[in-house]
Amino acid sequence: MPPPDAGVDTVEPDAVAAGLDALDTPDPGSSRTPVWRRIARTAVPPLVTLVLVIGVWQALWALAFWPEFKLPAPATVGGELWARLTSGEALGFIWTSVHRAVLGFLIGVAIATPIGLVVAKVRFVRAAIGPLLSGLQSLPSVAWVPAAVLWFGVTPTTIYVVLLLGSIPSIANGLVAGIDQIPPILPRAGKVMGAGRLAGARHILLPAALPGYLAGLKQGWAFSWRSLMAAEIIATSPDLGTGLGAYLDNGRFLADMPTVISAIVLILFVGVGIELLVFRPLERVVLAARGLGGAL
Amino acid sequence: MTAILEPETQSTVEHAVRLSGVRKAFGTGARSVVALDGVDLAVEPGEFVCLLGASGCGKTTLLNLVAGLDAVSGGEIELNTARPAVMFQEAALMPWLTASRNVELPLRIAGVKRADRRRRTAELLDLVRLGEVGDKRPHELSGGMRQRVALARALASAVHGAGGGKQALLLMDEPFSALDAITRDVLQAELLRVWRTTGTAVLFVTHDVREAVRLGQRVVLLSSRPGRVVQEWQVDRLSAAGEAKTVDEINGRLREVISSHAAA
Repeated sequence: MPPPDAGVDTVEPDAVAAGLDALDTPDPGSSRTPVWRRIARTAVPPLVTLVLVIGVWQALWALAFWPEFKLPAPATVGGELWARLTSGEALGFIWTSVHRAVLGFLIGVAIATPIGLVVAKVRFVRAAIGPLLSGLQSLPSVAWVPAAVLWFGVTPTTIYVVLLLGSIPSIANGLVAGIDQIPPILPRAGKVMGAGRLAGARHILLPAALPGYLAGLKQGWAFSWRSLMAAEIIATSPDLGTGLGAYLDNGRFLADMPTVISAIVLILFVGVGIELLVFRPLERVVLAARGLGGAL
Repeated sequence: MTAILEPETQSTVEHAVRLSGVRKAFGTGARSVVALDGVDLAVEPGEFVCLLGASGCGKTTLLNLVAGLDAVSGGEIELNTARPAVMFQEAALMPWLTASRNVELPLRIAGVKRADRRRRTAELLDLVRLGEVGDKRPHELSGGMRQRVALARALASAVHGAGGGKQALLLMDEPFSALDAITRDVLQAELLRVWRTTGTAVLFVTHDVREAVRLGQRVVLLSSRPGRVVQEWQVDRLSAAGEAKTVDEINGRLREVISSHAAA
């Protein structure tokens, strides 16, 4: 080592360091794009798709390949949808289904989170139920409906059981994947800072696993929604009220194609809407804080 | 600057850490690999020691043992310090925390009160000349700046709990090897300045002879497989010519050590 006041550092190290800092600091996001342009960029492409789909549908209908009761005109379906929406019935269906899905999803999160943590961190538990969790994820939740109906009858319990069996595996798996993807250097850094098991989980493990966990939640929501629809379509009863699934099954029962298509549109609409309004913004905040997710 | 950054006052302890006959083997039985065998090494309080060796000489293993990330297979490590702080080759900053929250993290884990934490964090960031970018997140900083945040975090961890007979000890595992030459040069100067300000003992692992001679007061050469101390050089306050000569000498010895493996 050179003596403090001589040696290699003759070139004003402070100035060099300051220059490096100025050059190295990444540009903090150049001028922001205006709001209308961002909206145009995200909203226009899906609108184009929608218009195209309706156009093809209209053309197919005009060519009259299929009888009217199999392929109604877009306008007929639009009329049905409009009638349901203006009468407020559609809102009732949506409310019945969405409040079930949200409640079930929250219960699912509460159950799946500890399961995911234990599976990720305890080797024996992972070996014991890890494969089962992955397997359950690929089992269509409709498969649970007959069993649930036999166990609990056509009751709300049946619907919630099916929904939970659909959502818990994917939420738990998401958390496990999130924890598995933590760079090993971070827990090591935590350990040398003196973080024990508990402090390590709180300050390092959980925040580091958050992006994966969030992806799991998003998928868990999709699974909840799908399972709920399966349950509602099969287990229909006047006592259960009419959700979107029951509305769809009504259409099948009455052989009324416009109702069937309207129901499908509404189911899609709710699923996509929750994803866009709840999960997308959450994900954007979490990823942006970590310098990830440039595509969002 | 307040007390935490002042050089350590005279102490009665003569070494910060002492390794005697330290041995480390991985695996068991016939397939075990001996990484370190009979390593004797002492670091004085406030001393800057560079550990030098070719790859596979167990430099990192040695640091892990001192850091308490791993247990020795034999011998003894005697620490007269607070929990040693470690700086890795990567900055290993928490990507979701701002620079200042990263520096604060070891203090949070140690249960230091908020106001105290904030004050020390600000001091340490100023020390590594990053007072202005405390609110930035790691991905908004350059590699060199990240490594300086990591240095500030390591200091927060090292200096906390030091005092009262406890020395501060900083373990550094090739912290600058992933940086470009100019940044490395600047950071080496920065590290020397910080070391002089804080008076922490430093055990610095590197495979770069020039870096070892420039930074250290003492350079310790380890052999490879198993790692043993081969030779030591006092390199404090060398003239430019003396420094060049020592670099050549150590390079020659290092080559000897490496080529001895070709025969085996």
